[in-house]
Amino acid sequence: MAGSKLSNLTKRRQRAESSGEPFVDALRAALSHNRVKWDGASRSLHSHDASVFDGGNSGPVVYPETTAEVQAVVRLANQHGRNVVPRGAGTGLAGGAIPLGVPVVVAVTKMNAILEVDEVNRVAWVEPGVINLDLTKQLKPLGYHFAPDPSSQQVCTIGGNVANNSGGPHCLAYGVTNAHVVAMEVVLPSGDTAMLGGLEAEPQGFDLRGAFVGSEGTLGIVTKVAVRLTKNRPAVRTLLMAFDDVRDAANTVSDVIAAGIVPAAMEVMDKQITAAVENYVGAGYPVDAAAVLLAEVDGLDSGVDIDADRIAKIGRSNKATDVRLAESEAQRQLLWKGRKTAFGAVAQIAPDYYLHDTVVPRSALADVLEQIYEIADRYDLLIMNVFHAGDGNLHPLIVFDGRQEGVLERVHAAGGEIITASLDAGGVLSGEHGIGVEKQKFMSRMFTNDDLDHQNRLRQAFDPHCRTNPGKVIPSGHSCADIQSLRSVPNTVWG
Amino acid sequence: MSATLAVTDPTLLAFAEEVGETDAVAIEGGRTRWDLGGIPDGEPRLIRAPEGIVEYRPEEMTVQVRAGTSVGELHATLAAKGQRTALPERGGTVGGALAVGENDFRALGRGRTRESLLQVRYVSAEGKVVSSGGPTVKNVSGFDLPRLMVGSLGTLGCLAEVILRTNPIPAESRWLHAEGVDAQVVFDALLNPSAVLTNGTEVWVELEGHGPDVEQQTKVLASLGSFSDAEAPELPAHRWSMKPSDAATFTPVDGERFIATIGLGLIFTDSPQPRSELDPAVVVISERLKANFDPTGRLNPGRMPGRN
Repeated sequence: MAGSKLSNLTKRRQRAESSGEPFVDALRAALSHNRVKWDGASRSLHSHDASVFDGGNSGPVVYPETTAEVQAVVRLANQHGRNVVPRGAGTGLAGGAIPLGVPVVVAVTKMNAILEVDEVNRVAWVEPGVINLDLTKQLKPLGYHFAPDPSSQQVCTIGGNVANNSGGPHCLAYGVTNAHVVAMEVVLPSGDTAMLGGLEAEPQGFDLRGAFVGSEGTLGIVTKVAVRLTKNRPAVRTLLMAFDDVRDAANTVSDVIAAGIVPAAMEVMDKQITAAVENYVGAGYPVDAAAVLLAEVDGLDSGVDIDADRIAKIGRSNKATDVRLAESEAQRQLLWKGRKTAFGAVAQIAPDYYLHDTVVPRSALADVLEQIYEIADRYDLLIMNVFHAGDGNLHPLIVFDGRQEGVLERVHAAGGEIITASLDAGGVLSGEHGIGVEKQKFMSRMFTNDDLDHQNRLRQAFDPHCRTNPGKVIPSGHSCADIQSLRSVPNTVWG
Repeated sequence: MSATLAVTDPTLLAFAEEVGETDAVAIEGGRTRWDLGGIPDGEPRLIRAPEGIVEYRPEEMTVQVRAGTSVGELHATLAAKGQRTALPERGGTVGGALAVGENDFRALGRGRTRESLLQVRYVSAEGKVVSSGGPTVKNVSGFDLPRLMVGSLGTLGCLAEVILRTNPIPAESRWLHAEGVDAQVVFDALLNPSAVLTNGTEVWVELEGHGPDVEQQTKVLASLGSFSDAEAPELPAHRWSMKPSDAATFTPVDGERFIATIGLGLIFTDSPQPRSELDPAVVVISERLKANFDPTGRLNPGRMPGRN
């Protein structure tokens, strides 16, 4: 009783207390005191994400629980001339969630309900703060899953997946997030809501849904998503193949696709990462191999046997030294556990890592990998490779100790060369991490000024005043790229 | 730096010149959907996109093709290497199929048109060649203009050349037919049928995959009704788009014939679908998009996606 009186008193005092910031007071009046954080610790925490980039500067951090609250926050930000940055779990690796220009950070983590599972339309309506893997776990008893499975799936949110058009090992066969988002309710930069896409076979009008997915939080804030339910396959075969040369593994990947097989996943790990993973989880990987290829096919029993046999033959014809088929679900899980914990395993080797993300044509994988090893030698760095080989999505992992004098400069210079090598091979800047602040300055290596200008025209159709997640994706020199009072990423961090 | 990225293909540059910068133009494909989204206003100059397959890379599952190429010709080339795309074959061009954005009625097996476009090159209202997306099957480099272009009816830019994702043609493909079975039950019992169609009394199913898989799924069908080999049914001319749940319970007006696609939500019937209103917030953005991409309204004037 006394406790409750005290807490009521506290609440009243908090309500009466002004933060000294009219904007913060207005947000607190619209939401509640405890769902608008303005303390140094909260702001400092939300000034970063999982990327290596500093330079973020968060304003108030808000935790809306409803679409109406998100609208209220956006409208207040507009009235107060403040920017808005949406945020899921903050697991992005390109700095897309780093707040620039002291914006209000809209954390959607409290909007985490699975609203409806609609089996006839094969969709689930979810709020943006739902964790990717939680959704798949909830769907399992019904025989479905959410197909995008990024490595961060244990913590990343569906809202973040929408923002980044996330992938994962199994998007080789199933497609990235764009293919799995059917419709969504968004709060536009104006504060109005809009329903983009629809459950109909062919929604009318421009595909604003398609344009929104992967826009890295610059076009508005997603508040409800209808995601596609993918039927679980009754049969799965997982193969592990070892090679003495990473080139043989890469060629196997190319040959499998050329043979007309689209496996559910094809992942390659090089010698360095395989050793680290094996030491970490004991997945049974051959540590003496130069490269390990994990290939998975799923579907019906007879078909997966046919495909697994063909893949094994292609592997052997590319000099695989060991070809194993997971004999039980437990063994299969263990093989995947190794792959999925690769980044955790790296922590044993050095305190810091920088995970890159580029895509090259599959047929160029072997050549680009060779260049990456050469770049590593030249900059005296350790670079490990664990990647989605099936779709040519490289993830060179530069492992380093940030306390070493001058190491960051070498890390970034090597990263820049990896990007150049990928583009020169006919590849693209990013396969699933996005541009964020990480690759902004590389955008003009892939696109002309006219190309970028048109991307910006799309952005400004949604956000004419460039208020939502400003300073991202489009490089400096284009509108919506430069924000007044924006603290840019310091040169010491990203050369 | 960016100069090296500029498109140098003389065919595309000539097309850009043809599109020009000032007068109203309407882009013509196979004219199979000429009145969709409105008939071109006034008398715009008619233009056609260039034709030809630029580069087919079966091992990458990609094909670079000019927008004026017919879908039939493209698919014939791909079939020689055991591949196809998601684009529907109905007598039109690649650019037209993308600009309209309709799916094949077997989209559950072939993929959706909007997901097949990896890279787009179009001529802007200012007469410049603009590129977006990229040649790889996976790519999140910048804003996704390829998605925006699919279904845009040429109102934002004139499609010139694209890179499409190709898919292997399954080893076996089989149509089966039965009467007196519940189409939704059939759909739910199968793993990934390419199509389950019904006219309310009959059901047609397309199964694709490895021979033994098709055989296994055929057995599943046999447990539900007396299915026998058949041809795909003829589809009435008008397509309606709805939720799969509505398609499953569709009743036509005045007893018109119809074919419903279960799990997809398309209906084929004899009369056009009454259009519904777009969300006003969506209209605002759509109009801004049009104004940003085509400030003088010279590209396909009179047409707008979602308009009758």
